[in-house]
Amino acid sequence: MEIKQTALAGTLESSDIQIMLSKGTDGVSIELESDVEKQFGDQIRLVITETLHQFELDNVKVKAIDKGALDCVIKARTIAAAQRALQTQDQPAWEVF
Amino acid sequence: MKNNVDRELPEDLMSSLNYQPYETTEIGNPEIQRVAPVVRAQTGDDKLVDSIEDVVKATVKDGMTISFHHHFRNGDFVFNKVMRVIIDAGIKDLTLAPSSLTGVMNDMVVEAIKAGTVTNITSSGMRGSLGDFVSHGNLKNPVIFRSHGNRARAIEHGDIKIDVAFLGVPNADKLGNANGMEGKAVFGSLGYALMDAQYANKVVLLTDNLMPYPNTPASIKQTQVDYVVEVDQVGDPEKIGSGATRFTKDPKELKIAETVNNVITHSPYFKDGFSFQTGSGGAALAVTRYLRQSMLDNQIKASFALGGITKPTTDMLKEGLIDRVMDVQDFDKGAADSMHTDPRQQEIDASWYADPDNKGAMVDQLDVVILSALEIDTKFNVNVMTGSDGVIRGAIGGHQDAATAKLTIISAPLVRGRIATVVPDVTTVVTPGDSIDVLVTEYGIAINPKRTDLIDALGHIAGVPVFTIEELQKLAASKVGNAKPLEFTDRTVAMIEYRDGTIIDAVKEVKD
Repeated sequence: MEIKQTALAGTLESSDIQIMLSKGTDGVSIELESDVEKQFGDQIRLVITETLHQFELDNVKVKAIDKGALDCVIKARTIAAAQRALQTQDQPAWEVF
Repeated sequence: MKNNVDRELPEDLMSSLNYQPYETTEIGNPEIQRVAPVVRAQTGDDKLVDSIEDVVKATVKDGMTISFHHHFRNGDFVFNKVMRVIIDAGIKDLTLAPSSLTGVMNDMVVEAIKAGTVTNITSSGMRGSLGDFVSHGNLKNPVIFRSHGNRARAIEHGDIKIDVAFLGVPNADKLGNANGMEGKAVFGSLGYALMDAQYANKVVLLTDNLMPYPNTPASIKQTQVDYVVEVDQVGDPEKIGSGATRFTKDPKELKIAETVNNVITHSPYFKDGFSFQTGSGGAALAVTRYLRQSMLDNQIKASFALGGITKPTTDMLKEGLIDRVMDVQDFDKGAADSMHTDPRQQEIDASWYADPDNKGAMVDQLDVVILSALEIDTKFNVNVMTGSDGVIRGAIGGHQDAATAKLTIISAPLVRGRIATVVPDVTTVVTPGDSIDVLVTEYGIAINPKRTDLIDALGHIAGVPVFTIEELQKLAASKVGNAKPLEFTDRTVAMIEYRDGTIIDAVKEVKD
């Protein structure tokens, strides 16, 4: 699937993550900023990538600013950003949850 | 080489610095020969010096050990003024031995290291850009971290031999009689600086408030002081303390504080004449509030409160709920003012407070202490020095010292953001699990299995679930996931002394 518009979900509050998706050309590329990069960077990237794959988004640029979010939060923010980017937010993708 | 908390210690440094590995929290009864400073006799008529430049020129030479106190905390102007002059004078190879380093000093210390002015540091702690700088291997020699009580011990032993102490004070007369209570930038107790005043070969006072002679009450005495320098401002009163004390509204902190209070009041130590120490910070202040109510309800009074003092503690002194406050430093203006007006609030030096090699320190008489933790592991070992990324960002303070109390409570949230506080192994052991008795989190408590006597007293408090510490560690991991282990190089950037001067752990350079 192709991204229709650049989209954002999440805040910069503690324990949240802000995810911005925009059109990409070369697979899923993630620019991650996180205080827990050393310990959880790989895990955060994995959750974002897996969630995007469920939307069949294969070419997408991700900018993620993490403030110590748990996996469930990262997944929720990625889903919200993806649906906004695909302009399908009126039809929740239940199968992804 | 491993010590008794199972930490691998760097053999080369252990031998070149002549260190023994940590063995036990028991100090025993060693006999100690203390050192004494070199005194240059004078009548005292010529102590006033016009400028910092002149006094630095007269006192500081390459390779010396210089010291400062950190009672001005982030409002300190003295450290940067003096270090500026020392760096500009081209002096090299100094050992910096302050009671601690606060954020406002960071940039200057980094500059001094880069210039070769400072090549060794011993401190209670460091944070921010300086901690980052050191953790990335930018200081050639390892930093030696010591608790406040251990610094006093090291000075008395001669492990730290201070050549020149630069001590900022809010008032002094021309011979050097000074205290921390009057003037513009007041901080109350001079507790940590009193060691330097007593043991440094040269003592330089810096003040912005020259008083008529003789100035009393004199915490630092003219018999100890070599030079007095008048400067325009010693500190920013707004940044010395936390100002008006605010109580936390964070429900997690309140829950922890309430549980800490439950643990105290159900312990055998909660009886008339008990003693306690709390720190600063939201949860500790909230504990004081709950404890006050419990003391009123049960008509129990404390014989003394100890350590770093805050206004809620001095309010209890005024109320008659505490009989004496033994004050090594004041965290806010309310506490500092109270020391000035209330003779029951006694200024104590770091040795009296917490020195293990003493004829009796206050911490040895302490019943209950509440301490914090960046991490605590399943052996109850506590880390207050390195952050979750392995970088130095903390201070021992009085942690190891006060943990000798009869009931040592660690209050900490189970997780902070995505970082678990309760872990299988702490990154850096600062305080050994042997001196920790109870961990309080927002989910419940864990009692050190060595304290079988406490399990009966604390095992059945309504609303306070009891876990093993392994259960709490697993609960934390189930929330945040498994963290990838931190990576370090082989290079040692800091050695952590236990309060008896043995080595409890080493901090390695972080790999980025």
